[in-house]
Amino acid sequence: MKILVCISHVPDTTSKINFTDGGTKFDTNGVQFIIGPYDDYALARAIELKESIAGTTVTVLNVGLADTEPTIRKALAIGADDAIRVNAEPTDSYFVASQIAANAQGYDLILMGRESIDYNGGVVHAMVGELLGMPSLSPVMKLDIEGTKVKMSREIEGGKESVEANLPLVAGCQEPIAEWKIPNMRGIMSARTKPLKVVEATSSDKTVVTQKFELPAPKGAVKMISADNVSELVNLLKTEAKVL
Amino acid sequence: MAVLVFVEVGEGKVRKSSLEAVAYAHLMGGGVTAIALGTVAASELESLGKYGAQKVLHVADSKLDQPVIQAYASVLAKAMQDENADVLVLANSSLATPVGAKVAIKAKASFASNVVELPSTASGFVVKRSIYTGKAFSMVEMKNQKKVIVLKKNAAEAKEVGGTAQIVPYSVALSDADFATKITATEKASGDILLPEAEIVVSGGRGMKGPEHWGILEDLAKALHAATGCSKPVSDMNWRPHHEHVGQTGVKVAPQLYIAIGISGAIQHLAGVNSSKCIVVINKDPEAPFFKAADYGIVGDAFDVLPKLTEAVKSMK
Repeated sequence: MKILVCISHVPDTTSKINFTDGGTKFDTNGVQFIIGPYDDYALARAIELKESIAGTTVTVLNVGLADTEPTIRKALAIGADDAIRVNAEPTDSYFVASQIAANAQGYDLILMGRESIDYNGGVVHAMVGELLGMPSLSPVMKLDIEGTKVKMSREIEGGKESVEANLPLVAGCQEPIAEWKIPNMRGIMSARTKPLKVVEATSSDKTVVTQKFELPAPKGAVKMISADNVSELVNLLKTEAKVL
Repeated sequence: MAVLVFVEVGEGKVRKSSLEAVAYAHLMGGGVTAIALGTVAASELESLGKYGAQKVLHVADSKLDQPVIQAYASVLAKAMQDENADVLVLANSSLATPVGAKVAIKAKASFASNVVELPSTASGFVVKRSIYTGKAFSMVEMKNQKKVIVLKKNAAEAKEVGGTAQIVPYSVALSDADFATKITATEKASGDILLPEAEIVVSGGRGMKGPEHWGILEDLAKALHAATGCSKPVSDMNWRPHHEHVGQTGVKVAPQLYIAIGISGAIQHLAGVNSSKCIVVINKDPEAPFFKAADYGIVGDAFDVLPKLTEAVKSMK
């Protein structure tokens, strides 16, 4: 089986978000970039499938400029066999989905995170499925393969849904689909020489254009209330905050 | 501008988030047509008129009682075409968001999700999106003639404007490919208030010291008619189910009131609650970082404060 895992290269979850150039550019100063946490779950599940199903290969794909290569190498160190980098800035869901679709021929299973934690579009998997004419599902919390059948569990509002489909398939993943994997020394050494192919973006018109970024208005100071005067809190919630 | 609104039905009832979507479409101006799929009472559909829908297309196909994403996308893409709609509006959900994305591909439309307010049409068609898990916004121009917009909760208030809607039966021929994913079972916490839609959320963290102590938190939630949530460590330790986990990698909530008990306020947890209108933090550690993000705070022990707070809420009513 051939598995493609699409990863995003995003600021670490503890990053402080700032913009430069009049709110048009993300400020990378002091920001550490990581494999998207949801993509990390997808990668971990792909490696588990590779370990349990003979003849399975895992390719990672990232749409990004050359600065994402350390992130791609980390995915190779975790256990992917080879990698593709589509040399373009991942500006929006449709653009990224069309680049993935253009490079996804011949894969039986395409995994990625439920969303990237930068732009939070949460739809690349659905768009890739639609572009390739494959079923897609997200957020998938459990994914097992029996022959050509895929059995999944998906989170829905206030519960979960069991879903079956046949390969080929696209899935957006989230915990607890697999445990995150940490690269070991052997993985890190071998990742250096694993193939990383760079391809140019297919010409794809931009259907949306980001004009600028904004930060939310700063929050006012917290009002502290004594633990002996809880009714005062209820009163403030009712009369001042007007939320009761 | 002709706007089509997807109305999501759960257990035969229109979901509240869909009323917000109808109200949003109404505020955009122009004609508003709503579309509902599966079994739902006519009175539920008629009530959409009060929020601004002039027409409601109803696809009364019992095969669509199950939320099959591909089939829903095929119906909506066809309806967008038949109604000559310029914009499709959907309220974010595990069903609506992927459906909207697929319709955007089928209709060659510009797509934006996590939209937080009405579009600005002064120059082009620009929407404001929430990004970096609520830590920032982006202003995005949607360039194609057709547009698909998925709303974040509270993008518009579900306000009655007092109209009436005409209900029109509608059908679309569906193929086997539309049902390529089969839903074999659904497990839902019944009778509870859905966490993503709740107006008040009461969440507990490690400070609750164990799943056996959740009763006092549930008492407060009950008194407030609130949903219950929890922090990541709590769901990781299986004290509470995963679908209650609020945070960066869990459910993002946007209630009127969020009450956090015994949660220190890691940045990943804050990412899930930063769209709340009012945040109350109860923690025995006065240095808990969550107090910096709160509107009101109480330094105190959960086991002392919670029962008193529940009593105070009950006596207010």
